[in-house]
Amino acid sequence: MTMTMRLDDPPAVAKTAAPPTTGKTHAEAEVRLQVRNLYKIFSADPKPALAMLNAGASKAEVLDKLNVNVGVMNASFDVRAGEIFVIMGLSGSGKSTMIRLLNRLIEPSSGEILLDGRNLTQLSRRELVEVLRRDMSMVFQSFALLPHLTALDNAAFGLEIAGVDKTARRDAAMVALQQVGLGAYAHRYPREMSGGMQQRVGLARALANNPTIMLMDEAFSALDPLIRTEMQDELLRLQREQKRTIIFISHDLDEAMRIGDRIAIMEGGRIVQVGTPYDILRAPADDYVRSFFRNVDVSRVLRAGDVARFEASNTIVRVPGVLGPALQQLTESGHFYGYVRDNENRFQGIVSRDSVAHALRSGEPRFLTAFLPGIEPVTSDLPVHTLLRRVAAAPCPVPVVDANGIYLGAISPSVLLETLDRGA
Amino acid sequence: MDGKIGIGVWAERLVTFILDHFQPSLDAIAAVVDGFGGGIDAALLGMPAWVLGGVIAALAFWRVGVGFGVFTLGSLGLIYGMGLWEPTASTLGLVLSSTLLSLLVGVPLGIWMAGNRIAEQVGKTLLDFMQTMPAFVYLIPAVMFFGLGRVPGIIATVIFAMPPAVRLTMLGIQQVPGELVEAGRAFGCHPHQLLFKVQLPNAMPSIMAGVNQTMMMALSMIVVASMIGAGGLGNVVLQGIQRLDIGLGFESGLSVVLLAIVLDRITQSFGSVKAPARRFAFLTRLRPAAAR
Repeated sequence: MTMTMRLDDPPAVAKTAAPPTTGKTHAEAEVRLQVRNLYKIFSADPKPALAMLNAGASKAEVLDKLNVNVGVMNASFDVRAGEIFVIMGLSGSGKSTMIRLLNRLIEPSSGEILLDGRNLTQLSRRELVEVLRRDMSMVFQSFALLPHLTALDNAAFGLEIAGVDKTARRDAAMVALQQVGLGAYAHRYPREMSGGMQQRVGLARALANNPTIMLMDEAFSALDPLIRTEMQDELLRLQREQKRTIIFISHDLDEAMRIGDRIAIMEGGRIVQVGTPYDILRAPADDYVRSFFRNVDVSRVLRAGDVARFEASNTIVRVPGVLGPALQQLTESGHFYGYVRDNENRFQGIVSRDSVAHALRSGEPRFLTAFLPGIEPVTSDLPVHTLLRRVAAAPCPVPVVDANGIYLGAISPSVLLETLDRGA
Repeated sequence: MDGKIGIGVWAERLVTFILDHFQPSLDAIAAVVDGFGGGIDAALLGMPAWVLGGVIAALAFWRVGVGFGVFTLGSLGLIYGMGLWEPTASTLGLVLSSTLLSLLVGVPLGIWMAGNRIAEQVGKTLLDFMQTMPAFVYLIPAVMFFGLGRVPGIIATVIFAMPPAVRLTMLGIQQVPGELVEAGRAFGCHPHQLLFKVQLPNAMPSIMAGVNQTMMMALSMIVVASMIGAGGLGNVVLQGIQRLDIGLGFESGLSVVLLAIVLDRITQSFGSVKAPARRFAFLTRLRPAAAR
């Protein structure tokens, strides 16, 4: 089968597929979408170009020699369930081609796309249509709303195509419109709406058939900055309510950092680096990636979860009424403060050697009496620049928890300063 | 014949060949066209003048506006007063039937050409040929194949008037924004759903412009086709020429012009699909305001 022809990794790409090191929140999440050695050659016969690329030629050389355009070359990455995976690159880097390969708006020349283990590149048209109707939807840069339909009917478009009857699809579309705050505008036509509202309809259309995977192609790039931020918040809010797997194309680093759980950076059809914003910021793969981050305000990009350091030695598992081992652990590890969590990893409070010793002496050896008052944990999605004062003022490293109260680690002033220094 | 290249001879031979071998198909085509044209003709002439005139004026009033409705009523009244109602109604019937036949063939052809490169290249060449060929030339094979009368008139008119329908359908579909087509495909459209739910609705203004053009060309051709006995106002014009009757020529010419204006404005109004939606937009606009 030519479609799945395996090609050896050219050396330049070998480092790209390295698994991220600090994807704390998603480390255990299952992989939904696997892309393996994906190529797109814009030519009726991709073989000569594939052979050239395989021999180590670059995109420019292939264009020069064969007059054939290479869209994507040897792309491999995993997208995990429930994450926002941002593919970022400058125009011409192949990111728009990449997203269109995933739902086969553009047919891949070679390689595999596995959705839940099922190879999309092998599906017949009919099978693909089933997958598109059930599992995937797409949001477009230019909104791509049908001008002759109202917002409601536009939102219902995917369901109409799938053959859902009129009342059912309108109900579902109405729910989707309400989700994006457009319930009152259901009967307006696209031309009667602003760009931001139109893209909300585009979003509602993508939500209406309740897909598990959403492809967003520069979805907010055509909007002005204020509305863009508003839409990003909207997307993050929707994502909090209902976890979907989102693949988001962007050329805007701030946007990528803001909404991306992980980011893939593309250049010249290749994927240069994949990782969490923090990973990429900390260890850019090459100068191209580094140049992206040159003008970034690190404190606004990084969130508390990125900076928090988890150490097993100062993390104490709460065993009600048993304080002795806690004191022993702190003394032996040399830590003065201990972070207490329950056996489901939920954050309970902070103790110090003194407070534990005091509680033991008081004749009431309970964690409740040992907890230090006045130190609240911060949530992992807060940008670092909002934490500076709290970290500076706290007597101990500030604990960080996720939305479910799970303890992720703590931020000390020295770690914070180091992080800010590295970004500069 | 000395030194001449005998293309004319070959054309003649081709016509003879078709006549000899395809007579049954020609008869079938003739029967269909005759039934179609005759049906519409009979329907229009069967109606009392005031009913047909009323319907046309009502259309003008609804689609274009009060002023044009009055103009239409006046024009039709004038035609009736000049005693030319019957040939005008007959011409209208011929125009309608040849326009409908042109669309029946032309729109699917345009759709096909929009999606197929080879069909587009061949089709475009053919359309150029059809449009540059002098209109009268179509009358000759039409007469050869179908004799005199309404049928060859309609067929020659269909050939002459079809190109804009094909061209503008093709153009309309090709000009649907790429992301709209992508959206259709991304949400799992089958090809026919893409055509009927995305491409055709978006190509509608262009297709309606094609309808308008086709109808205008059909009107001009059907007058010429009276030379082979198509009937209608063209016959009256022809009489005027033959008798050098300036009055009759002017009256019939004026009727053609008035009919052309009325048809043009009414079909043009269908080109802006948004018109009716906008007219009732105040109803929908009330809702969000009330909900706020």
